[in-house]
Amino acid sequence: MIVFEAVHKRYPGGREALTDVSFELDRGEMAFLTGHSGAGKSTILKLVALLERPSRGRVVVNGTDVSTVRSRGVPAFRRQVGMVFQDHKLLSDRPVFDNVALPLAISGIARRDLDKRVRAALDQVGLLGREQGFPQELSAGEQQRVGIARAIIARPPVLIADEPTGNLDPDLAMEVMTLFRRLNEVGVTVLVATHDIHLIDRLGTRRIHVENGRMAEEDGDGTP
Amino acid sequence: MARPDQASARGARRSAGQWLETWSEWHAQALVSSLGKLLRQPLGSALTIIVIGLGLALPGALHLVLLNAEQVTENIGRSVQLSVFLSPGTEASQAKALHQRIEGRDDVLEAKLVSPEEGLEDFRSVEGFSEALSALEDNPLPWAITLRPSHGLDSPELTEALAMELRGWDLVDIVQVDTDWVRRLASMLDLLRRAIEGAALVLGIGVIAVAGNTIRLDINARREEIEVVKLVGGSDAYVRRPFLYGGFWYGLGGGLLAWLLLWVGSWTLAGPIEALATDYGSAFRLLGPDSLAATATLLGGPLLGWLGAWWSSSYHLRQIEPKP
Repeated sequence: MIVFEAVHKRYPGGREALTDVSFELDRGEMAFLTGHSGAGKSTILKLVALLERPSRGRVVVNGTDVSTVRSRGVPAFRRQVGMVFQDHKLLSDRPVFDNVALPLAISGIARRDLDKRVRAALDQVGLLGREQGFPQELSAGEQQRVGIARAIIARPPVLIADEPTGNLDPDLAMEVMTLFRRLNEVGVTVLVATHDIHLIDRLGTRRIHVENGRMAEEDGDGTP
Repeated sequence: MARPDQASARGARRSAGQWLETWSEWHAQALVSSLGKLLRQPLGSALTIIVIGLGLALPGALHLVLLNAEQVTENIGRSVQLSVFLSPGTEASQAKALHQRIEGRDDVLEAKLVSPEEGLEDFRSVEGFSEALSALEDNPLPWAITLRPSHGLDSPELTEALAMELRGWDLVDIVQVDTDWVRRLASMLDLLRRAIEGAALVLGIGVIAVAGNTIRLDINARREEIEVVKLVGGSDAYVRRPFLYGGFWYGLGGGLLAWLLLWVGSWTLAGPIEALATDYGSAFRLLGPDSLAATATLLGGPLLGWLGAWWSSSYHLRQIEPKP
């Protein structure tokens, strides 16, 4: 589902963010992307979401080699990748309903189908009934869950998350990670970047470790 | 949550009819919500609409001036007159025969025979002339025929040709025709028309620039939202749509304002102008905005606003790329 083959990424200015990164994530698989800040986790996620393009090597997402995607095709490509951000990137001037419905609005789903699906997505993250609230009225954990509901509402085959628990206390963080696990169980391929080692030790999921832009050892069973 | 592969299969089954329905639904939504955004910032929107309205009203007003000037000159054109003075000593019967010959021509609308006595009477009625005339022993005036050609202002050449022909006739002494002023008037109107076209072009570009600049500010104010929409896979067309509709509304508002200004302007001027015309013995009535002015303001406004938004959003939206 996600394939990296000898991927290099050099940013303008010469900084080499990724060097010879290769890994593969099967359909329906879940993995944590670990490493220190600046190790290259975010760059890997940006390459998956086509927010950046690789300098060398091959990135394939859901059967599509990103090098074949022209800039006109980027929006359609991005719609198959649900994204969750550390700062959740919600629109503060719109109610929860509109925030969650955004990906559907973009792909032109009939409005009558909208209500049902927004409620279903909010139900999955445990926020049913909060449709009319505004993001500021919610706690940090709730905001993050709204972000997740938005990421999954269009049922993308791939879900990526960049430090989704970075601003949450351990209990909320565990809750959010468990949510990702549940989504993975219904068939979504999930890749989560995090530096919260303690948390993922308890989850026991595959880990892809990067250090200074290079692949480090991989632990198949989650035990270090 | 359904499995992803089921979801995509469901997407593929949407029929063209449903697609169209959904498409128009979202367009209608963008149209209405962009109007809502305009109304939520009334002062800024009003300023833009006023500038666009004035930009459209000015060429519209010039157009009305031209329209009315043409109406006036049409009346004047009908009063283009040739004075044919016959040779001194022409007999009354000869003068009458000549008058009939002229009156029978196709290119003459009407002709009036003026005897020397009638001519003298006309002069007497002019202030200051009566005393001078009573000093004369004989009537120095010849028979004269005044005529109005059937073609008016629009063809000074034909009037000139008619005068030339009459000059060649026996017993005709002098043919007076002043087509120079007719020519001058025609070229002044032509100049005015060109000036209006130029002004309309320049102000049209101004309207596009004003709409474009307002949309640029709108885009900057909603930069965060645009980034998020691009992040979740919003196409360029989707991101751009509300701004295009925004430009449309600005243009429509400006167009309506221009239309209103033209109506109010011509309505307030109509009374005084009629009074003035009556004083000059003219039945002139001021013409209000015609269908061209209506089309130019009410359709041109939204079109130019949309163009400005299109131009501005093409440039500025490209510069916003999500950088999480």
